[in-house]
Amino acid sequence: MINNIKITSPIEPEVIEKLTVGTRVLISGVVYTARDAAHRRLFEALDRGDKPPFNLEGQTLYYMGPSPARPGQVIGSAGPTTSGRMDIYTPSLLAAGLKAMVGKGNRSPEVKEAISKYRAVYLATIGGAGALLAKAVKKAEIIAYPDLGAEAILRLEVRDFPAIVAVDAYGGDLFQQGRASYQKKGP
Amino acid sequence: MREIEASVITQAVAQLCQEANYELGDDVLSALRKVQETEESPLGREVLGQLIENARIAWEEKRPLCQDCGTAVVFLEVGQEVHVVGGDLYTAIEEGVRQGYGQGYLRKSVVSRPFSARINTGDNTPPVVHAEMAPGDKLKIAVMPKGSGAENMSRLAMLKPGAGGQGIVDLVVATVSQADGNPCPPLIIGLGIGATAEKAMLEAKKALLRPVGKPSADPEVAQLERDVLAEVNALGIGPLGFGGSTTALAVQAKVMPSHMASLPVAVNLQCHSARHQEVVL
Repeated sequence: MINNIKITSPIEPEVIEKLTVGTRVLISGVVYTARDAAHRRLFEALDRGDKPPFNLEGQTLYYMGPSPARPGQVIGSAGPTTSGRMDIYTPSLLAAGLKAMVGKGNRSPEVKEAISKYRAVYLATIGGAGALLAKAVKKAEIIAYPDLGAEAILRLEVRDFPAIVAVDAYGGDLFQQGRASYQKKGP
Repeated sequence: MREIEASVITQAVAQLCQEANYELGDDVLSALRKVQETEESPLGREVLGQLIENARIAWEEKRPLCQDCGTAVVFLEVGQEVHVVGGDLYTAIEEGVRQGYGQGYLRKSVVSRPFSARINTGDNTPPVVHAEMAPGDKLKIAVMPKGSGAENMSRLAMLKPGAGGQGIVDLVVATVSQADGNPCPPLIIGLGIGATAEKAMLEAKKALLRPVGKPSADPEVAQLERDVLAEVNALGIGPLGFGGSTTALAVQAKVMPSHMASLPVAVNLQCHSARHQEVVL
């Protein structure tokens, strides 16, 4: 049977140690959104030795740029974007204290190595299920880079946001393991 | 000549942009339900169920199926007896995209200067418009909001003619294998085979407008579609790349004659959120 546990973000270091590949989680608490353009700015700020617009220490990033909210909605659709595009920036952010990432798709060997080194975790959620995932977002506010529009950094409060551990601190990789289990023929 | 007001075209495009983003086609939904019964991975089956649930929520709440509301790709079949009045056709379509994405609370994802400043144009324009002439006095408009997760994993190859059908299978398998979980499988794979480089890719994308699961009318092409699908699903990538027996729902190929020295093959990948709507004016 597959595990299914409730976790709180920011995720405590001892909880991260328990998150192994294939563990299904429901995240509650605070996550920050950042996708391509915001990553570039965070990366450049760290590179210059500037303080990023929020303290990355122990935090969770969600690779997401929502559609606009209708009046009365907290957020529009809010599913993950492809994580691999952030790979070039991720080791620096992990070195700056980032502990968890939520997105879709696999990660580079460099990112996986950095996840092990900094005892972090990468969680995959359901790509293309933005309407469903929006239900778990209870509050959303822009905290940085408003000029980036859909790519601005949001502080989200989520409740029971579903995800699955895709890369753990022990080097495990859901995408590799899952594929190997069902592969009948190689390329 | 039959006259069509530019404002009518604008209104139609605005509506199509919204409908396409809220409503997953019955063909895609049926295909998802069908593979839910055959998918070998329990996690994969659960994911497929969540995608079906997502489509229900999107439709009921008029909330986009996916936050990536795509580049607006617009296909036109312009009857040669149609005369657009009260404005020009391309401006009318662009205005329709602007209104549709604004009124529909759809995400504006288009940036200008893509190689440098990458500045959001603010209204999801310009659309990508493909127009062709047709007999008659009708104007057919199809709008396909194309997300970039899958579009980014597309590929064009100019194969050697000797590569043949097996060369096509190998190319698609290598493309999908490398894309892995990134393009949001289960995929629909559009193939454009023959003609020239640019025409092959255009037809690969147009093949995605076909109802999912409807094979090519040409038996040899239909066989190629089945062969490619079987090999792709043997990769084990599965729904969203978590592992499983369903990596693609369908392969939809268009084959055209080509130069005797060429075998162009274009692979245009479509994520499971396969959105398109059309109208005939």
